[in-house]
Amino acid sequence: MNVPLIVFFALAAIAVLGAISLILQRHPIHSALSLIVVMVALAGLYLLMGAEFVAAAQIIVYGGAIMVLFVFVIMLLNAGAEERTSFSSLAKFAGLPLAIALMGCLAAAVAGSSERVQVAAQSGAPAPTKVLASQLFQEFVYPFELTSFLILVAIVGAMVLAQRDSKESHL
Amino acid sequence: MIDSLTQFLNEHWDLIISLVKIMLLVFIVLTVNAYLTWFERKVVAHMQSRWGPHRVGPHGLLQPAADGLKFLLKEDPTPNGVDKFTYYLAPLMALALALTSIAIIPFGPDPIVLLGHKIYLGIVDLNIGLLALFAITALSVYGVALAGWSSNSKYPLLGGLRSSAQMVSYELALTMSVVGVLLMAGSFSLRDIINVQALHAERGLFAWNVFPQILGFLCFFIAAVAETNRVPFDLPEAESELVAGFHTEYSSFKFAMFFIAEYTSMITVSSLCAIMFFGGWLSPFPLSWTFTHYLPSLILIPFGLWVIWDGIRYETIFGRIILPGVGTVITLIGAVLIALPVVNEFIQGPFWLLSKIFVFLFIYVWMRGTLPRFRYDQLMSFGWKLLLPVSLANVVITATIIMLRGH
Repeated sequence: MNVPLIVFFALAAIAVLGAISLILQRHPIHSALSLIVVMVALAGLYLLMGAEFVAAAQIIVYGGAIMVLFVFVIMLLNAGAEERTSFSSLAKFAGLPLAIALMGCLAAAVAGSSERVQVAAQSGAPAPTKVLASQLFQEFVYPFELTSFLILVAIVGAMVLAQRDSKESHL
Repeated sequence: MIDSLTQFLNEHWDLIISLVKIMLLVFIVLTVNAYLTWFERKVVAHMQSRWGPHRVGPHGLLQPAADGLKFLLKEDPTPNGVDKFTYYLAPLMALALALTSIAIIPFGPDPIVLLGHKIYLGIVDLNIGLLALFAITALSVYGVALAGWSSNSKYPLLGGLRSSAQMVSYELALTMSVVGVLLMAGSFSLRDIINVQALHAERGLFAWNVFPQILGFLCFFIAAVAETNRVPFDLPEAESELVAGFHTEYSSFKFAMFFIAEYTSMITVSSLCAIMFFGGWLSPFPLSWTFTHYLPSLILIPFGLWVIWDGIRYETIFGRIILPGVGTVITLIGAVLIALPVVNEFIQGPFWLLSKIFVFLFIYVWMRGTLPRFRYDQLMSFGWKLLLPVSLANVVITATIIMLRGH
């Protein structure tokens, strides 16, 4: 066992445990905390592959900004612990087989591509931020700008919806 | 025996040195934190025509030790109905993240050579240094927010809410304001950012980033003060409205951990200001003025002599013994620097960096003694309507100029 492999399995275990805890926790804040653990563990995995910039961006954007917003909303609504209900009959009978089938499909896909994944991980020459930036802003500049435009549309849409609500409440 | 020891040392040299450096840095940072509280109380007191702490030890110099002891010995009650796990996690998280962020700061240009190995000042030199710092900053919101939420009390909850809203708002401006510096340096590494400012070392302080990036610096410093929850942006702990804000329900050492975290992030922000905008370890004088290398001695020797002179006339016997001793040590350090040019040369970088950090820490305290607190709506409109547009404009202006110059 070499050190990167040990670190990989440790981080993977943390990520999976965090994800399980995210589902099992009853309190929304605890679930949000578990999700943060998953995000940070993923950032660690990126770092292991030599993708420093992606790792930092993962923590800043997902671990920081987005999850802070989640925690903020949960705190603002003062959401209490959720109550367990008996599962719906659909989930009871179809849930487990479907989950197992999904896992099987994913495992088959990963197993089929294991060689390629291996190659990608091994040849994972650390992608310097400069290379990443020039790819993003020169070769893929149009998709990039389109994506940002899409997000802008979403923001404006949210503003319009919120604005209409507040007008109605003023009346 | 000796052979196996040297072999072990050679094999694990990096690891051992890193561990030693980490322990040293934590020790130094915690001590500096303790004396920063003393410094803050003294300076604010003198601004308000008071004496500040002066009972415990000469000039109140043992006050931090007394405070630390008090924090350790106080009872540590856990209030009813708190969310135990999060309540204990929050101060740990705040302190751990604050201490981690200081590991990325490089404190000097030249390595110490020991047994043929180079030891740089500073624990790690990441090539994504600044990004890593922002990642840690992004996570440090949780310490405050979770402390506020888990306390099961209305004032901490309000403080936690305010702080998360404030930090999310100001983090944008904080990140945007350094883009200008990054464009000029072409690198995220703090060492590279300083080296770019050293390209025109003959100009002295006019080569520093602060002149082309004055907008960026102002935005960065204001946003950073808001990120560290200090006056005038200390709304999460506004004592006139929220008792003590997010840490109302914390006492004893858990409270101390929040306190240490706040002061540590003050040091980090001051170091970042010094490194990114004020040339880091570069001297403000042109390179050819070699006589300025005697400046550390020139400050240390008179200061040491003054401490001796002050100590001899001090009113308590304890002070009359301690202060002259301390003064002698300071004077001797100054004299040794003159006597050993190699050491003096080595000390130049750290001397300038630490001086600049000290100036920014003083500005922090100065602001606390001067400025009133923002109102909450003022805070939000200031952040979103002024700071963010100005820092964005700074990015556009810097990028345009760099493009026109063609490099």
